[in-house]
Amino acid sequence: MADKFFMQGLSMGISEEMRRDPKVFFMGEDIRASVYGAAAGIYDEFGDDRVLNTPLSENGFFGAAVGAAAVGMRPVVETLTSFMWVGMDQLVSQAAKMRYMFGGQATLPVVYRAVMYYGGGSAAHHSDRSYPVFMNIGGLKVVTPATPADAKGLMKTAIRDDNPVIIFEDGTLLGTRGDVPDDPDFTVPFGVANILRAGTDVTVVAIAGSVPHALAAAEDMAKEGVSVEVVDPRTLVPLDKDTILNSVGKTGRLVVADPAAKVCSAASEIMSIVGEEAFWDLQAPMQKVASKQVHIPFSPALEPFVYPTKDGIIEAIKKTMN
Amino acid sequence: MATNISKDVLMLMLERMWRIRHFELKVIDVYGAGEFVGAAHPYIGEEAVAVGACAALKDTDYIAGNHRSHGHPIAKGANLNKAMAEIYGRIDGYCKGKGGSMHLADFSVGILGESGILASSVPVATGAGLAAKIQGKDFVSMVFFGDGASNQGACHESMNLASVWKLPVIFVCENNQYAVTTSYKDTVSVDHISDRAQAYNMPGVLVDGQDAIAMYEATAQAVARARNGDGPTLIEALTYRYEDHSLGLDKIRKSEYREQSEIDEWRQRDPLDILTKNIVDTGTASQDECDAISAKASAAVDEATEFARNSPFPDESELYEDMFSGEMPIP
Repeated sequence: MADKFFMQGLSMGISEEMRRDPKVFFMGEDIRASVYGAAAGIYDEFGDDRVLNTPLSENGFFGAAVGAAAVGMRPVVETLTSFMWVGMDQLVSQAAKMRYMFGGQATLPVVYRAVMYYGGGSAAHHSDRSYPVFMNIGGLKVVTPATPADAKGLMKTAIRDDNPVIIFEDGTLLGTRGDVPDDPDFTVPFGVANILRAGTDVTVVAIAGSVPHALAAAEDMAKEGVSVEVVDPRTLVPLDKDTILNSVGKTGRLVVADPAAKVCSAASEIMSIVGEEAFWDLQAPMQKVASKQVHIPFSPALEPFVYPTKDGIIEAIKKTMN
Repeated sequence: MATNISKDVLMLMLERMWRIRHFELKVIDVYGAGEFVGAAHPYIGEEAVAVGACAALKDTDYIAGNHRSHGHPIAKGANLNKAMAEIYGRIDGYCKGKGGSMHLADFSVGILGESGILASSVPVATGAGLAAKIQGKDFVSMVFFGDGASNQGACHESMNLASVWKLPVIFVCENNQYAVTTSYKDTVSVDHISDRAQAYNMPGVLVDGQDAIAMYEATAQAVARARNGDGPTLIEALTYRYEDHSLGLDKIRKSEYREQSEIDEWRQRDPLDILTKNIVDTGTASQDECDAISAKASAAVDEATEFARNSPFPDESELYEDMFSGEMPIP
């Protein structure tokens, strides 16, 4: 166990899997220089053959990763959420649909690392939190780590998985620290939510960058005598709905905090499941704390209004308690 | 014209071209009779392109293609029964009825699938070439796309990628003159699509796509280059589809887009006639032997059709299979 940054957890996960399996290779824009930070040391260790700087051709190299995976390789592709739109055809028409459309003949062990930069004045073209779009498509596993340990453990599971996986790496978490196991066999399974804080009065399901806000809100509420349970789903496809339903069964109250835009968000899906399957457990209307349904404005005077905050979560918790 | 191609290869090409021709004629027939739903895009007139190109490949090489999906797999050696059953949406089809006419695939013989989004399979095939390069293996990857798809960004990105990384990829542009109803002359900025190869620093070869031997020879050269580590080639095959873009389109569209005289002219250069004539004229085989190959292919297609008709439809439980590899809950 060692104290590491979130982004070190990600790169440790990749390096360890590249050591373990010669079929794993890494490609993306400017990754040899690790311009975005989470590829540090990988080029030094593995060199030209397994670390490929790509041209600015998302449709081309997203698809090339699919093709390489289809014939037995295990590519890891680095990109930003906002660049995924450029290569959507390959993500949707090929990565997501190929296996089903060809009756199970295609096995596609490909990982897309999608860094989500937001909250730092990047404006509308570089601030996407797009995981709900990919939950809707089907055929893709959707992963949202929120701690350094999960960053490593989920990355390793993603690389070992025989399906296309998109890891959404929350830019607001990249510089956070935490204990990360050194054990190269440490992995975190998909579809198992993490109860980060146990509580009895209100369940807060928090996704990606909302997790620290939810934990801070829970801490504050504890001082007011309200016991908040914080659940991090960790993977949205597959979703561990049992842990969420059990928690709501215990608390009777649900707040979902989601950095994605609120319409058809991950929060929408989670609340829909709870509404359908745990309605009679609820003692108050569920509350959604998601981003406002606007594009991301540049000005630092405006941008902070968009995203879920600790105060927004506290307000929602209080609503469920009234 | 004498050729260095062995009799075995020539006769195999003739057989596969006849298999495609009879297969497509049967598809037109049974589609008209309402035996299957959806769309079908006949490859009639273009047989020499896929067959000539695939004859230059090994079983361990890969191909990918497009919505005009029947010809490429048959050219690579696909099983007619499974291909026809897929078109009928049956459980014994290549994709267990989930792909249909536009999406035939047989991974067991290197057919990575046919894509309904034009040019979408070009990056995928490029990736198969990347896998060969990274692993130091000597297989090659070939992708078929049309004159219409040649204008897609995916095509250009892939050619650049394959050239920069010197990947063993053969890009085969089947220029059948029209993207649905629009002539390539109205949409392509150069005289020949093969000219675009210059921009990607790879050889661009213009081939008579009605001549299977010419296709074979051009492809063999490209394959040798690819296996040698010298990178990709763009082959433009000039060809023609006899039928409309898809079956039934002639009943929907509101105007003609090509002259009957043009169709007649191309039909004068039928790919099966050209190959048969070469085989007979060079004394490689007799007309009777060639006719027997056609009859055998026709019988195989009849058998495939019966197989498809008798294959069950997939059970409802099949709906939830194959979304993912391994255990995975479907919401």
